[in-house]
Amino acid sequence: MIVIFMLIGISFILGAGALVSFIWAAKSGQFDDLERPAEEILFDDFFGRS
Amino acid sequence: MANLANAGPEVYDDRAARLFLWATLLWGIVGMSVGALAALQLAFWPANGGISWLTFGRIRPIHTDAMVFAFAGNAVFAGMYYSLQRLCKKRLFSDFLTSLHFWGWQAIIAATAVTLALGMTQGKEYAEMEWPIDLAIAVIWVVMCINVFGTIAKRRVEHLYVAIWFYIASIITIAVLHIVNNLAIPVGAFKSYSIYSGVQDALVQWWYGHNAVGFLLTTPFLGIMYYFLPKAVDKPVYSYRLSILHFWALIFVYIWAGPHHLLYTSLPEWAQSLGMVFSLVLIAPSWGGMINGLLTMRGAWHKVREEPVLKFYVLALTFYGMATLEGPLLSIKSLNLLSHYTDWTIAHVHGGALGWLGGMVFGMAYWLAPKLWNTELYSKKLANMHFWIATIGLLLYVSSMWTAGITQGLMWMATTEEGLLKYPNFLETVLALIPLYWVRMIGGTMYLAGSVLCVYNIYKTAKAGQPVDIEVDTSNDRHVAPRTFHERLEGKAFPLTALALVAVLIGGIVEFVPAFLLETKVPTVTATTPYTPLELQGRDIYIREGCYNCHSQMVRTHHKEELRYGPHSKDYEFLYDFNFQWGSKRTGPDLHRVGKKYPDLWHYRHMLDPRLTSPGSIMPSYPWLFDSKVDTSLLAAKLNGLTKLGVPYKDSVLQDPVAAYNEQADVIVATLAAEGITATNDLEIIAMIAYLQKLGTERAPDEASH
Repeated sequence: MIVIFMLIGISFILGAGALVSFIWAAKSGQFDDLERPAEEILFDDFFGRS
Repeated sequence: MANLANAGPEVYDDRAARLFLWATLLWGIVGMSVGALAALQLAFWPANGGISWLTFGRIRPIHTDAMVFAFAGNAVFAGMYYSLQRLCKKRLFSDFLTSLHFWGWQAIIAATAVTLALGMTQGKEYAEMEWPIDLAIAVIWVVMCINVFGTIAKRRVEHLYVAIWFYIASIITIAVLHIVNNLAIPVGAFKSYSIYSGVQDALVQWWYGHNAVGFLLTTPFLGIMYYFLPKAVDKPVYSYRLSILHFWALIFVYIWAGPHHLLYTSLPEWAQSLGMVFSLVLIAPSWGGMINGLLTMRGAWHKVREEPVLKFYVLALTFYGMATLEGPLLSIKSLNLLSHYTDWTIAHVHGGALGWLGGMVFGMAYWLAPKLWNTELYSKKLANMHFWIATIGLLLYVSSMWTAGITQGLMWMATTEEGLLKYPNFLETVLALIPLYWVRMIGGTMYLAGSVLCVYNIYKTAKAGQPVDIEVDTSNDRHVAPRTFHERLEGKAFPLTALALVAVLIGGIVEFVPAFLLETKVPTVTATTPYTPLELQGRDIYIREGCYNCHSQMVRTHHKEELRYGPHSKDYEFLYDFNFQWGSKRTGPDLHRVGKKYPDLWHYRHMLDPRLTSPGSIMPSYPWLFDSKVDTSLLAAKLNGLTKLGVPYKDSVLQDPVAAYNEQADVIVATLAAEGITATNDLEIIAMIAYLQKLGTERAPDEASH
């Protein structure tokens, strides 16, 4: 049943990739402001013309 | 690498969203129509018109693949391409890649539909496409990834909104799942064998199957939900903090839950328990997301009365909550014993597909169309009518299938006081469901009718308006600020990480595959023999006709299963099953112990017309197996391919497979002749009988006694 270990390995690599992304995100300030990003998406559409 | 210093006007490419939206709606109609036909065939078997390529076993995969890859897939691309540009304040990376992605994907879908109708299939659920199409999918997926990551890399906003995180996780994971599950050795232009066999293939397949649902039908739509729902209610998401938590929790947990599709099978028990536990844990992030969505509607509930967009979103979130509670419950082993292989599974997926997916897609379509064509929606009234027809159809569908599933599950398990099966005749448990199959067909057709209204409504909207590409001026953006070299370098970490991950995975696969192939080359149990050339051809016909769509080949490890079908299936019995054929639904009985149970004549008559041997059967007749001759042109290539995968064929068989084929076929022909049936040894039915008679007959000597 080496395939189980292969899948576990791949799942761990995926998980590790997610962990690296999370650390990057947290360190680079992606989650510093948890209010404004939610509001901002409401205002970006029609600055030019409607 | 957010390009913050470079402020100025930006024209979005909304042609992408328009094209993918059309594709979503039109393929949706096709996929649902095929589904309605399949539903009709279960209630009224002659509805295939006696045509091979319209028979249930062939069209059910067309229906599921159309809904997954064409309806949901195109909807993801439409929603992602529309929202990504706004969230990054950047036009899509490359117009050429966008076009290539669009036309490539539509070509893949068309090719899938045609080849599946012709019976060219891998026989793995939701991964039926044969290897040339799989390769095309991989290429187009990479094209899309470059387009998406390129856009993100050139974005003009530093912050990656939560929707983008959901998109990224989805496209990376699907790429990995697709590659790992479809590794196969081609033996012909549209024929291949999976490099995995039996239990291993089952595990890989359901790791794929479960996560394809997770990362193609759940996470990208959650991304869409986090963008389109706040836009539709014009309020920020209830809790951005919760959405971040939702994302990370969901992706870390989801990937481990696959084995819940294989409870009570030959899969090692610890893997089953692992899958069950992680499935239960999944309730938490799923409901966190649902609650976050519903609470985003706070203060906007009065708008639901008027606004079809919000109606569909509420429907979607409600069914997301229901399906994500139902799924974990069905993963509990004791409940799964009852529900598995029954229509309860069908109810579960359609709650997800018609409620959650359909709700998100149609909500998004009604919100997008006026923006994409710069006009008003043609008719809100028609859209509201669509909502009610779809909702009633959905409820009829789901409740009839719940009832059918529980009814049949209980009938299978029912025993008398003497400990005998109360309903020993499987057919009896099927015929009890026919009225419910009619209700399901009506419910599904209502849902389809609602979708037709939607296409009409969007068409009229598009005709009334003009296609526009929105131009925005980002010079006033608060985020635009000069950056140091170091900050820019840091910004590159993200796409680099993603690309590195893909590279590592491909490397990992290349490393793992040979090691694991070595293992299969060492058969551990001598009881199992390879399929003879005749049986192999019969097996390929079994796969071609999609028999696995209605018949399982897995007697579960439970005494009531053994009471009905015989000794439970063992892992070594599937050693040479490239690809595995365990199935996931028993519209007909399990077939793993059918070998030698009936005489050849029985199978001959049964395939000619199932009602000759089983009065009232709803299985279609297979007359074409009695006219067509077996195509042995690939036989040598097939045997060579399987030998490479470690199947120990004798040299005599490899040198003259046709002789071995004829020798075995002649015996069956003679047996039939003794019963007064005239058949030639090259007919497909002969190979089919040989395969069916082999099933489950090779148990280890020490176990054959009990």
